[in-house]
Amino acid sequence: MAAVANMPVSDLLKSFKLKTKQQELLIRVSILCLVYILAFITRLFSVLRYESMIHEFDPYFNYRTTLYLTQNGFYDFWNWFDYESWYPLGRIVGGTLYPGLMVTAALIYRILHFLRFAVHIREVCVLTAPFFASNTTLVAYFFGKEIWDTGAGLVAAILIAVCPGYISRSVAGSYDNEGVAIFALLFTFYLFVKAVNTGSLAWSLASAFGYFYMVSAWGGYVFIINLIPLYVLVLLITGRYSMRLYVAYNCMYVLGMLLAMQIRFVGFQHVQSGEHMAAMGVFFLMQVFYFLDWVKHMLSDTKLFQAFLRITVTCAVAVGTIALGLGMLSGYISPWTGRFYSLLDPTYAKDHIPIIASVSEHQPTAWSSFMFDFHILLFLFPAGLYFCFKRLSDATIFIVMYGLTSMYFAGVMVRLILVATPAVCLISAIAVSATVKNLTVLLRSKNKGVQTGSTKGSSSSKASSKALLDQSQPFQKNGAIALLFGAFYLLSKYATHCTWVTSEAYSSPSIVLAARGAHGSRVIFDDYREAYFWLRQNTPPDAKVMSWWDYGYQITAMGNRTVIVDNNTWNNTHIATVGRAMSSYEDEAIEIMRSLDVDYVLVVFGGVTGYSSDDINKFLWMVRIGGGVFPVIKEPDYLVNGEYRVDKGAAPKMLNCLMYKLCYYRFGEMLTEYGKPPGYDRARGVEIGNKDIKLEHLEEAFTTSNWIVRIYKVKPPNNRW
Amino acid sequence: MAISRYVLLVFTIAMLASTAISDPILTKVNRHVENPGPLIMSEVLLAFPELQSKNLAYLTASSHETKGKPKGSVVSLPIKAVNLDDRPSAATFYSVLLPKEVAAGESFTLDVLAVFTHALRPVPEQITQADIQLVLYRDSVYYLSPYEVKVQSLSVKLPDSKIESYTKLESTKVHGSEIKYGPYENLPPFSLSPITFHFESNLPFAVAQELVREIEISHWGNVQVTEHYKLIHGGAKSKGEFSRRDFQARPNDRGASAFSFLVAHLPARARSVYYRDLIGNISTSHLRVDSRKSELVIEPRYPMLGGWKTAFTIGYGLPLQDFLYESEENRFLNMTFGSPMIELVIDTLIVKVVLPEGSSGISAAAPFPIKQWQETKISHLDIGGRPVVVLEKTNVVPEHNQYFQVYYKFSGLSMLREPLMLISGFLFVFAACIGYMHADTSISKSSASYLAKQQWEEVQVLIQKVQNVINRCLAMHDNLEASLRDLSRTGDVQACKAARKSADGLLKELSKEMKPLLTSLQAYSSAAQILPKVEELVAKERELQEKVMLKHSTAVEGYERKSGARDIDHRVALLQQKITALKQEVDDLLQFIDDI
Repeated sequence: MAAVANMPVSDLLKSFKLKTKQQELLIRVSILCLVYILAFITRLFSVLRYESMIHEFDPYFNYRTTLYLTQNGFYDFWNWFDYESWYPLGRIVGGTLYPGLMVTAALIYRILHFLRFAVHIREVCVLTAPFFASNTTLVAYFFGKEIWDTGAGLVAAILIAVCPGYISRSVAGSYDNEGVAIFALLFTFYLFVKAVNTGSLAWSLASAFGYFYMVSAWGGYVFIINLIPLYVLVLLITGRYSMRLYVAYNCMYVLGMLLAMQIRFVGFQHVQSGEHMAAMGVFFLMQVFYFLDWVKHMLSDTKLFQAFLRITVTCAVAVGTIALGLGMLSGYISPWTGRFYSLLDPTYAKDHIPIIASVSEHQPTAWSSFMFDFHILLFLFPAGLYFCFKRLSDATIFIVMYGLTSMYFAGVMVRLILVATPAVCLISAIAVSATVKNLTVLLRSKNKGVQTGSTKGSSSSKASSKALLDQSQPFQKNGAIALLFGAFYLLSKYATHCTWVTSEAYSSPSIVLAARGAHGSRVIFDDYREAYFWLRQNTPPDAKVMSWWDYGYQITAMGNRTVIVDNNTWNNTHIATVGRAMSSYEDEAIEIMRSLDVDYVLVVFGGVTGYSSDDINKFLWMVRIGGGVFPVIKEPDYLVNGEYRVDKGAAPKMLNCLMYKLCYYRFGEMLTEYGKPPGYDRARGVEIGNKDIKLEHLEEAFTTSNWIVRIYKVKPPNNRW
Repeated sequence: MAISRYVLLVFTIAMLASTAISDPILTKVNRHVENPGPLIMSEVLLAFPELQSKNLAYLTASSHETKGKPKGSVVSLPIKAVNLDDRPSAATFYSVLLPKEVAAGESFTLDVLAVFTHALRPVPEQITQADIQLVLYRDSVYYLSPYEVKVQSLSVKLPDSKIESYTKLESTKVHGSEIKYGPYENLPPFSLSPITFHFESNLPFAVAQELVREIEISHWGNVQVTEHYKLIHGGAKSKGEFSRRDFQARPNDRGASAFSFLVAHLPARARSVYYRDLIGNISTSHLRVDSRKSELVIEPRYPMLGGWKTAFTIGYGLPLQDFLYESEENRFLNMTFGSPMIELVIDTLIVKVVLPEGSSGISAAAPFPIKQWQETKISHLDIGGRPVVVLEKTNVVPEHNQYFQVYYKFSGLSMLREPLMLISGFLFVFAACIGYMHADTSISKSSASYLAKQQWEEVQVLIQKVQNVINRCLAMHDNLEASLRDLSRTGDVQACKAARKSADGLLKELSKEMKPLLTSLQAYSSAAQILPKVEELVAKERELQEKVMLKHSTAVEGYERKSGARDIDHRVALLQQKITALKQEVDDLLQFIDDI
């Protein structure tokens, strides 16, 4: 009680006649409630700044499927064949997606309607990610409590509530798999650690269900199914094998695997894919271990046991290798996929799979983005590791392994910072909590001495307090206070940094662009929706739209029209065909477009507004992906001395390819900036090289008010007579 | 009906005007009726040819008495459609009931206003962005009438003076955008002579193919109006390419027939206005508010070229007291029927009035014939759903913007139902939580862990009691210390002794209380760990108690002997040190026990 005796809060609590325990509980629960609310509202910047809308690209597909699910029911959703994408192939939606997110949102929607809250499904979708972020803070608290203590749990909850690395994927409107998957990931890990700590069948069963939810929500479940076996292996090697571990892992693996097979997209991968073989190997290893343990128990003679051990281990390894080899050779076990390779080797994608490398979030992470997303956690992380190593237990070994592996993956791919965030927050929380606790213990013992001193008579108090100070180490108290202030300064800096990053960097929907006007007012470019709504209203319902795959999901969701390719990049050849059409001359391209029944072509062009992530800047990837399948397209044809240009010095093929023509059609007459020649491209800062563009087979159907989206109509073939 | 045959009508002036607005054609007929016949006339028949009658959206007639009265006091007359067997079937008849009977030889002036929609046909039907939109209008130069006509003239007002062609007759005069025909005299009944006009019109042909207005009444003080528009540009369809470059550079020349904004006149005090569509908010709108009206200027996402469609929703809240009138349980809503947008023709208008849940005795009244039925809608916190009155009318023009009424009964107490539901819901959740916390959910009541847990809880209760006693003892010590301080200030030995006495009594009682607690604590096996600490605590406390007593008696003695303050301090100092040390130990022990 002495530590909080001077605080008004505790006076208030005292007036309720609460005991220290109850006070602590009350404070803890209220802090958790506040963190829960904070995690939710800090993600609402985008709703307040813009509106309640879905962001980015993929979330539009998720929204569309959720809408379908709520309107047509679960079975129709499961059997849905989508004719509106990947024309003419179509897509079996039910079998090619992780349904966890949609089912969750639909369930929340149903519950709310059951409780008579007539909300729109869009609101539910927009707020799903913040809601699950709030739940993640609770899980972080319990996880922190499990691996360290309640203090670390609380700090972890606070850190993860505002950590930009996580906020980037969970702001309101970011209706993506990751929004619920991070919750599921952390929850599964927590339940597994709890199961290992208690050896309870109930907890491992719960972790199997957590794993099932994770599998249903996100492809990142592969991380779990590889990290947990690795962890078990490390425990086995370090001699920490126990009955608790045996129960926890076996129950979790067997049930989790069976449950995961219920997801159609995953199917039998757990027994057939190379990525899942580690878990199975460790499962059999556990059995061998247990068997040996039993034999050791039965055999009293150690020599005999040694011999037996040698034989069994050799046999087990041999059988395992032969089984794996046979599986691989017969094709029953599929080899590792390119995505998996690209995770282990950062340079793999660049050389082999341009479609993965073309996505900006698949690039290796720069240091600045680590700093941007983690801020002080980056420094606290090693400190936390130190504390973990100092107090090694099954739980701390787990968090250390989770932290180190996920940090490696975060370095390989920008988007995997997200997976590392919970681990970094937890480990940093241990550092913060342990440090602050040590410092306050130091301060508290002093304070007591001073307080008891002051209760004495006035004359003797000075002398005794002096005596007490003299007894202690010099400057220890001052040092502790200074360090505490330092810690609070750092933490408050972290809080301000997180708020700033959230509001400035992660809260724009990317479908609506905002810029500062000449007088400091906000100018909104709503061109994407202008174009999509035009498509929806003024084209025939069965029109096929060709665009680069980035805009596929948005066109189907907002424009309600059939697209050739979309963000589900499952068919590389189809995408390459579109890339080839875009990089060919018009009369070659028209053949491809006619063969694909294309009615409209949509391009994104930022030359008028200076919007830099447009199709001209993405064009080289279209060339590369197209060239990867069709060798007629050669990247050097579009470059001049290895340089990518659009001005007068550009390559002739570049100046006359379809993409160039569609973007710059009639742009040459336009004055974009005062004091610059007509046809000045503001995104690239050059005057364009081909100002006299004539289209033969296409005609301009619609261009948005800021020219960001341009739609062309494919003209019907000319009459022969 | 037979009387009409004997009536001779004189159309002094018949005026046809195609005025400024886009699609609807307004016809104003000013007729002077004379009754030459022997019979008294009480009604007048109006006839419209088939071509027009199917486009007729709105028709009123007003009497225009020639004598004396000021012009403002026009009385609109009741009109009904009639079916006449002996008339040409190609015409539709309406009969106007006159306010008073017109005797033979008397005369009477009647104003008839008819509004037609979709009467202008774009010719050519498809134009490019650079073309000018031309429309064709067909009518008869003679006013179709079942009566003989003495005098008639016709004047046509076109929106612009650019006229491509028009039917030229002998008596045709053109003044700018106005074309005059006539006067013609002594025409037989049902004379017809077609005329056509082909002229330029770049006025917005905004047609709402469907408009659903939902008016939701909340008795908490709000009328929420939500209007879902499905709009089309009804003029000549655009063909070929739409060039944004041309449209931006020369908007008057390229895409002149396109319209890019609409104006809605919302009622005064409209609040929280929004403008959105299926895929989100539309940021291009402006709201101008002054004390008498709110003007909302909305721009569709893209300019509306001929044949282009769009769909959007606007919504706004209105203060309830401006539109709802009530007496006890009977209430009625009085609102305008049509769209707040001016210059808009609506093909199908559906007005849904959502009444609060629990309304009864619902009826609706409108000044023109409409289709109506009832539905229910489930909204927030509804159990059975809210009753909805649906009114449907086709071919609606701005002239239909008249007040309609919905009458219903609603008791004020029903308003409290939804808040009470919420409150009881939360109450239920909290009660369930309390119930859960107190319920014993363990399956096996005899398992070792369950018993141990229960025992441990009992031990904790006991320890808490011990702590309580110790704390009271410590408080007593503080009292004694305080009495000593009082003594040193006031020198009142008696008061100090009294304090001592009462403290002695209380402390004794407390130690009595302590004994059974300790013995029962010893009985528990699970308390074995904590017991030594508790016992140590009790012992330390007793020691502390003794020391405090000693200090107290020493100090009091010193005062009684009138020793100097320094002397007493000196004697007490040693004791004081011990007391401080003991207090520290007791505090630590308490903390330790607390932490377990």
